[in-house]
Amino acid sequence: MTKQVSSKQLATVEQAQQLGLRPEEFDKIKEILGRTPNFTELSVYSVMWSEHCSYKNSIVWLKTLPREGKNMLAKAGEENAGLIDIGDGLACAFKIESHNHPSALEPYQGAATGVGGINRDIFSMGARPIAQLNSLRFGDIKNERTKWLVRGVVKGIGNYGNAFGIPTVGGEVYFDDCYQINPLVNAMSVGIAKVGKTVSAIAEGIGNAVYIYGSSTGKDGIHGAAFASKDITEDSAKDLPSVQVGDPFWEKLILEATMELIETGGVVGMQDMGAAGITCSTSEMSAKSGTGMKVWLDKVPMRQADMKDWEILLSESQERMLVIVKKGFEKQFEQIFQKWDLTYAQIGEVTDTGRVQYYMNNELVANIPGESLVLGGGAPVYHREYTEPKYFAEIAQFNINQIKDCDLISAIAIAKRLAAHPNIASKRWVYNQYDSMVGTINQTTNAPSDAGVVKVKGTDKSIAMTTDCNSRYVHANPFVGGMIAVSEAARNLVCSGAEPAAVTNCLNFGNPYNTEVYYQFVHAIKGMGEACKKFDTPVTGGNVSFYNQSSDNDAVFPTPTIGMVGLIRGGKKHMTLDFKEAGDVIYLIGSSRNDIASSQYLVAEHGVNLSPAPYFNLDEEYQVQQVTAKLIEKNLLCSAHDCSEGGLFINLLESAMVRNLGFDIHKTNANLRNDAYLFGEAQGRIVVSLNPSNANAVESLLSEAGVAFEKLGAITSGEIAVNGQQFGDTTDYAGIYNTSLENQLN
Amino acid sequence: MKVGVVIFPGSNCDQDAVYAFQNQFGCETLTLWHKDNDLQGCDLIFLPGGFSYGDYLRSGAIARFSPIMQHVIEFASKGGVVFGVCNGFQILCESHLLPGALLHNAHQKFNCKNVFISAQTSNSAITSTIIPGTALKIPIAHGEGKYYCDDPTLASLKANDQILFRYCDEQGNITDEANPNGSLENIAGICNEKRNVFGMMPHPERAVDADLYNTDGRLLFESLLSMAVSR
Repeated sequence: MTKQVSSKQLATVEQAQQLGLRPEEFDKIKEILGRTPNFTELSVYSVMWSEHCSYKNSIVWLKTLPREGKNMLAKAGEENAGLIDIGDGLACAFKIESHNHPSALEPYQGAATGVGGINRDIFSMGARPIAQLNSLRFGDIKNERTKWLVRGVVKGIGNYGNAFGIPTVGGEVYFDDCYQINPLVNAMSVGIAKVGKTVSAIAEGIGNAVYIYGSSTGKDGIHGAAFASKDITEDSAKDLPSVQVGDPFWEKLILEATMELIETGGVVGMQDMGAAGITCSTSEMSAKSGTGMKVWLDKVPMRQADMKDWEILLSESQERMLVIVKKGFEKQFEQIFQKWDLTYAQIGEVTDTGRVQYYMNNELVANIPGESLVLGGGAPVYHREYTEPKYFAEIAQFNINQIKDCDLISAIAIAKRLAAHPNIASKRWVYNQYDSMVGTINQTTNAPSDAGVVKVKGTDKSIAMTTDCNSRYVHANPFVGGMIAVSEAARNLVCSGAEPAAVTNCLNFGNPYNTEVYYQFVHAIKGMGEACKKFDTPVTGGNVSFYNQSSDNDAVFPTPTIGMVGLIRGGKKHMTLDFKEAGDVIYLIGSSRNDIASSQYLVAEHGVNLSPAPYFNLDEEYQVQQVTAKLIEKNLLCSAHDCSEGGLFINLLESAMVRNLGFDIHKTNANLRNDAYLFGEAQGRIVVSLNPSNANAVESLLSEAGVAFEKLGAITSGEIAVNGQQFGDTTDYAGIYNTSLENQLN
Repeated sequence: MKVGVVIFPGSNCDQDAVYAFQNQFGCETLTLWHKDNDLQGCDLIFLPGGFSYGDYLRSGAIARFSPIMQHVIEFASKGGVVFGVCNGFQILCESHLLPGALLHNAHQKFNCKNVFISAQTSNSAITSTIIPGTALKIPIAHGEGKYYCDDPTLASLKANDQILFRYCDEQGNITDEANPNGSLENIAGICNEKRNVFGMMPHPERAVDADLYNTDGRLLFESLLSMAVSR
């Protein structure tokens, strides 16, 4: 039996290293405290200075992103989530967050608790969640472990979100070998609050009571519990579950109770218990207000007996909230907790000491300046080195002329294989497991569009939202790929008839200490920043997830997932992606290009994994979007759909399938390769359909704007043809497209 | 007509029902808390969808024991109109206000999508204005929606014209392919013998708002309201 180490014993540099801190960080802690920390204090620093809480390796670059905009109510990092003014006295809160590592170990609970966490971030600001999205990435779909992960993650997201009662209205699913070991699970939530009734994560008013409510606290999800218990008692490790367990029923009760608490006017500040549990919420809230906090850990409602002080501090038990109560409201608050049958307790009070002081049975077990723990305060900030990745040299070798073009006959078989490709085929096997209609606000169920669109009840507005990132492009060129991710999100909103408003991002990368990974990170951020400035969509927040890799050499593709929201005002209907009627004409806004770089076609049909990012020009992209918005505004279009994975052919097919219509198109430029024309993924292209009577008006508007465009052809009653070559009927492709994923996953 | 929408802990379609009755059809609508002991003079009790009490046991199995349900059961036994959708239907079956049970979907997955249902009779308060056999597009969203009952019960459901809706295809054909959850004989909704208690798995309240581009569910509400007026 290992020697029992008391949590009050002085900590050692070895323990610090086992907790993930560096020796110089241990020295810094000693300097801050003016003494050697005890084990409990060290534990607190180790989680607060972890990448997850401190952003120590990313904050320098995150700060370069544009963070100011006309409708912003909170700057990035200022609140738990981004907040924008949408008029009518309402604000929209939104954020995306990762739950990658838990999902890799235990897909069901990992994904479920991800959904729970992101929704708490939204409602702890006083915003009622109204819609959710998610961005999922897995390895090879044919691999049994991948199937297990997909089934578990989808069921986890579904069961949590469905019971919580918020519709899932959009998202994306990708499959690529780079995610084989380390899948990505990014969840986004969007909520609505009344302006002036939002809540901040602050702890003001000396003597105000600090309450915890929700679930009781157990030993689940304690960060680095394995190492810590080794140092304390080896045997205790066995009863520590490593992944948190979620309960959407509790979350639903907490949501309703929280809304009632806020309505009383007695909430001073509030924060949910996410990473690092009580430690994080108490220290961040008091540091933000320049106050201190006394916390009596033994008062915390506990799920099991004999929890150590540091276990209570670090527990990541789900569905817990911390609230600072205005004096005189305590009784009213307790009545609300009782109404919703929630566990609750006063566990502390706000002080003026500037320190977080944790007590266990009247004994002070940790005494730390709150400021020293947090981002923007004493938490370390690092500038990391970066070097250009070596694989860039191989990408530079790519020559399209070494890839044989396809003729139109072989293009038919290619088109069918692409329609079945898991990155292109219908994701209905996934999204049918999510309640997409609860709340009766989803406007895209019966009128599909490139983004999710929800009605804001009681107003004449809708909010459009999307998550986007083609990580293959980012891998090929982090700077351009970062710009494309933002541009595609904006394009999806524009094609839905919305004006892009703001961005939240979830930055999934490998190990930041790997200089090539850090190069990807830095340049993706630079790209995102450029594009966000162009589209006037400030970054309101999000999260960073590093260490997405299983060994040094196989980091996931750099994946900066963009979540973007936009507005449709004035009672306008959203624009839809489906072809409406045979005889309507089809136009491409933007240019066809001799480009197949980084396309699904190139990877799937030719096995070429390394090629440059597809053609992209930020100014052209912006022009294409602006003029499309104008055409929609003038009611000249019947459909709009952006050209992305699978290229033009898949784009047209997706628009045709909804109503079982077809299309007849003609490639007029003889110098253009067939494969590039049909399957290339050059950016900045939107396909629109319109009544022939509007063709003149549309063409003159496009010419006036100086935007390249071409007339592709016309909508048919169901047949598909390219340059006179019959490609069969839309229904032939629809069968393949709709069932491919379920055939592989059921 | 005064409508009472019951809120159990874990209900999540309660506000959708309130919105439908109040904003779409102008009914006086109030919410009834599960701990309440008073139906507040409501003429119609609506049990909404959701996951009452978390539904960790069988769906609806705990809700039937809540204080408010004792009053709902008494109300129904006196002829009061009670309408349950999704979890509400499950609760009505668990409370024995409706015969049969809702089992896990045959494919064992939660399933949310538009389906088609057709009314099997006009002889009920929620189908009085619907032409039997016409396909209505109504969404479903459930994991436990496979209707089941034993043979004698099925025989009596048929004999008493209690089967209100069956799953069908877009043309109104009642086929196996159109059955989204494996329900016995495609049954999507039923009523009790006295025809004052109604339950269905599909969500008509999700298909009433023109802003969502599907208003097929309005027919059920219009039927309910016309019955109330003619009373």
